[in-house]
Amino acid sequence: MGSYDDNVTFTDYTLGQEELERIEEVLGEDLIKSGVHSVILIDMAGNIIAKNDNGHCEHDLYSLAALASANFAAVDTMAKIVGEDEFSLLFHKGEAENIHFSKVNNEFLLITIFGKEVSLGLLRLKVAEAVDKINSVW
Amino acid sequence: MAFVNMKSKEVQAKIVYYGPGRGGKTTNLEYIYSKFRERIKSDMVSIKTHGDRTLFFDFLPFDIGKIMGYDVKVQLYTVPGQVKYDATRRLVLKGVDGMVFVADSQVEQRKKNILSLKNLQENLAVYKKSIFKIPLVIQYNKRDLEKEGVPILPVETLDKDLNAQLKVPSIPASAVTGENVVATMKKIISLTMTSLQSALK
Repeated sequence: MGSYDDNVTFTDYTLGQEELERIEEVLGEDLIKSGVHSVILIDMAGNIIAKNDNGHCEHDLYSLAALASANFAAVDTMAKIVGEDEFSLLFHKGEAENIHFSKVNNEFLLITIFGKEVSLGLLRLKVAEAVDKINSVW
Repeated sequence: MAFVNMKSKEVQAKIVYYGPGRGGKTTNLEYIYSKFRERIKSDMVSIKTHGDRTLFFDFLPFDIGKIMGYDVKVQLYTVPGQVKYDATRRLVLKGVDGMVFVADSQVEQRKKNILSLKNLQENLAVYKKSIFKIPLVIQYNKRDLEKEGVPILPVETLDKDLNAQLKVPSIPASAVTGENVVATMKKIISLTMTSLQSALK
């Protein structure tokens, strides 16, 4: 049984404490302050990298992250099948809560949960700003 | 691709249960979920068809405590076993740190086990991972069927079919009765954590 090599690899990106704090600050300043209920930055494997919320959210974020990354991967594959590089707007509308997905780069997704108080247009603008800032962190 | 959060001192690792359709992957997770109900804070997530077959995956997050000062969260996943769901099966493997291959001991499933293991090797290769290197445990499931008079393969045959080259730990089990389900999980967690630990240093 001595045939194991060390094949556990860590994520290609390394984020130190300062970078994570900076990202959480961006999530708070740009999104939570704009009325977003909850926001998570996840990687494509479904790990939660950073999160922030308005203090009233009790969603199961680990399950949400697993489902969101899988959903994104599935939609991305569908896009390729119909000849698109990617679909630019990924958004699910509900009665009280909505979910918006945004690709940050090849590794990360930004998942935003928001209610009626925030318009989709404003949200997309704020998310785009946050994505730029997150990308400039490293 | 375990993720280490330096800020919250947390490690997230992904373990995937793989194997042929109707082999008992979901049943493994369901048993773990019922057994550790108090320790698992969230619900088990299952994306399945109306016929109760796994369509995309099952997901169960599991806190296993501290290792070297880090809170370790293990995320258990299953893949859909049916051959036609290969595209979604591949998606679930992204970022995997450890694997359990759940083989079906029934004589008539012999070929399906071999094909599924080969499929695992191919799908891991997509992510540039080798089946010979990733932490892996093989579970010979459905050993309880022998008592029901259903013909099952001897462990030696299964070893020869599936584990002759891999030479990884193999565990006879019964997901339905729970026999060795936790033992399988503990084995893969310990293999995964050993590799993680040497990488953390």
